[in-house]
Amino acid sequence: MSPHPNFMGAPSSTGHFGDFGGRFVPEALMPACLELEAAFIDAWADPVFVDEYRTVLQEFGGRPTPVTYLGRFSKKFGVEVFAKREDLAHTGSHKINNVVGQTLLTRRMGKSRVIAETGAGQHGVATATAAARLGLDCTVYMGELDTQRQALNVFRMELLGSTVVPVTSGSRTLKDAVNEAMREWVACVDDTHYCLGSVMGPHPFPWMVREFQSIIGHEAAQQLTQRGVGVPDMVVACVGGGSNAAGIFAGFANTTTRLVGVEAEGGAAVSHGSPGVLHGMKSMLIQSEHGQIEEAHSISAGLDYPGIGPEHAYLAAAGRAEYVGIGDEDVLVALQTLSELEGIIPALESAHAVAWIMQEAGRSIPRGSTVLLNMSGRGDKDVAQVRDILRGRQ
Amino acid sequence: MKSLEVHLRALRDTGRTALVPYFMAGVTPDWTQHVAAAVLGGADAVEIGVPFSDPMMDGVVIQEAAQRALSAGTTIDTICSELTGTSLGAPLIAMTYYNLFHHYGLRRAAGRLAASGIVGAIVPDLTLEESDEWRSVCDESDIATIFLVAPSTTTERFERLARTTQGFCYASTRMAVTGRAIGEGDATRVVESVRRTSDVPVYVGIGITTPDQAVQAAQHADGVIVGSALVDTILNGASPADTESFVRSFRRALDE
Repeated sequence: MSPHPNFMGAPSSTGHFGDFGGRFVPEALMPACLELEAAFIDAWADPVFVDEYRTVLQEFGGRPTPVTYLGRFSKKFGVEVFAKREDLAHTGSHKINNVVGQTLLTRRMGKSRVIAETGAGQHGVATATAAARLGLDCTVYMGELDTQRQALNVFRMELLGSTVVPVTSGSRTLKDAVNEAMREWVACVDDTHYCLGSVMGPHPFPWMVREFQSIIGHEAAQQLTQRGVGVPDMVVACVGGGSNAAGIFAGFANTTTRLVGVEAEGGAAVSHGSPGVLHGMKSMLIQSEHGQIEEAHSISAGLDYPGIGPEHAYLAAAGRAEYVGIGDEDVLVALQTLSELEGIIPALESAHAVAWIMQEAGRSIPRGSTVLLNMSGRGDKDVAQVRDILRGRQ
Repeated sequence: MKSLEVHLRALRDTGRTALVPYFMAGVTPDWTQHVAAAVLGGADAVEIGVPFSDPMMDGVVIQEAAQRALSAGTTIDTICSELTGTSLGAPLIAMTYYNLFHHYGLRRAAGRLAASGIVGAIVPDLTLEESDEWRSVCDESDIATIFLVAPSTTTERFERLARTTQGFCYASTRMAVTGRAIGEGDATRVVESVRRTSDVPVYVGIGITTPDQAVQAAQHADGVIVGSALVDTILNGASPADTESFVRSFRRALDE
């Protein structure tokens, strides 16, 4: 029996997950949101589209990604940990699942161009990659500060034929890149699709991106069944906007599995935030006493976001998933531990989930539990930063 | 009918084109003097921008003004305190993003605005579909809720927005954020689309930077809104007297 048969289905017709979600955009963008919603519903029900999406992810994206049993890690911490290896997907993270879906949809809507926001550059690189494959023009908005911190990813996007626009407004990071992409979308909405990178923004984005990412959870559920593990006791994933978590939760939402989203302590929208409206959605946000959005702070640029996807806010409010925070120090230790024990260098984002398991094993995670960890991305992009931090301490 | 709309309909009946300048509250310590100067210069109503950290609908000028105002500690409360008891001589309309009202509490926000003499509100990221609760608390406080239409607005939405907006309908004639005058705009079609459904006054805004452009826009509409061009002069040190003559230059052009 499923205790919660309705979790992670379609939102209401106005895009609400409980009290969260909806559409809060300038009127100029409403027709585009409605057009996108109709196009997505049509495409997602079309076996030809779904087949092409799956085929592209298989032949180009490297799916299915494997599930790896983390033997030495499990032994050390006394829990049985399986990692869903999104770090092995093309471009190095789960982001490819979403952009393959959205770029195919862009072509299907007859649009020739995509714009995207990016923080660390993972979603920007993935969008540039998928756009190159389909011959779509691509412009990526990136906070000026992030273009400096992630200069190599800027070059990657340029190699892939995209234009990167440094955003100089506000705090010059991810939230400002989203603002700027939204502003630009107003001016070019006729021929351009906004390829949003996470389960956030106005309806239908939170739902659509979750659907494109749900391949993670559905694959993992099947893989664990095939290897005789069955339904794990717990699924753990890091959360910024929350797309990798939404994707893996979707495979287990209607089981009794405990779902845990791990936020960066300095960007913990569920634990430290309050309800608000930003970037087209109602969700949990980190904001001042006056309702001004505050900057998130995290060692990982990918979790440096002051909000969270509205469906996560709902899953938290409904008690179906729990959201916890992990600080930068524990993340660094987890990254080194996993690298040494398993030969996997996780992205700093994914290392948040690893760190929480290390912290809670034998405490809120009973010994011997089976845990599915979403290894959302690989750490290659972070090694220079980690090296600088660790060397600075010697 | 809300007081603001009664007032603006009466204004239209006199044959005068409404001129509505926009100011960012708190951008300078003397911002209320700029508002008063604008009224002296011939403004018929004034938009009071309440600064928000993430102004999604605004171009660089309003963004900069919002940042300066926030750095100076501007909040809904400071704005309302500064406005309370002053008589500026024209209806005041608050313009800001929904999160500020949501966070303040909708009923409390509407009450606070009304108590400080504000009679209308423009919330560009509050869609018609999400607006029921806000409109209902505004009804209690006689605050007109003003909606925008855009060139991309569909026929069905034009009808619903024209029926729902109060005070006036804000016709954005360009597909752009504030302060970006890209392309010619499409004032005729947007304004006529509203008029097919409703006789509410229609004011044109977004990208009007010169008196000539205001005159052109006014050929189709009942009023014009001037925002970024004016805010830009204030960011560059304009005095209230400068603001008065800036507004008067638009007033004269519209009255000719």
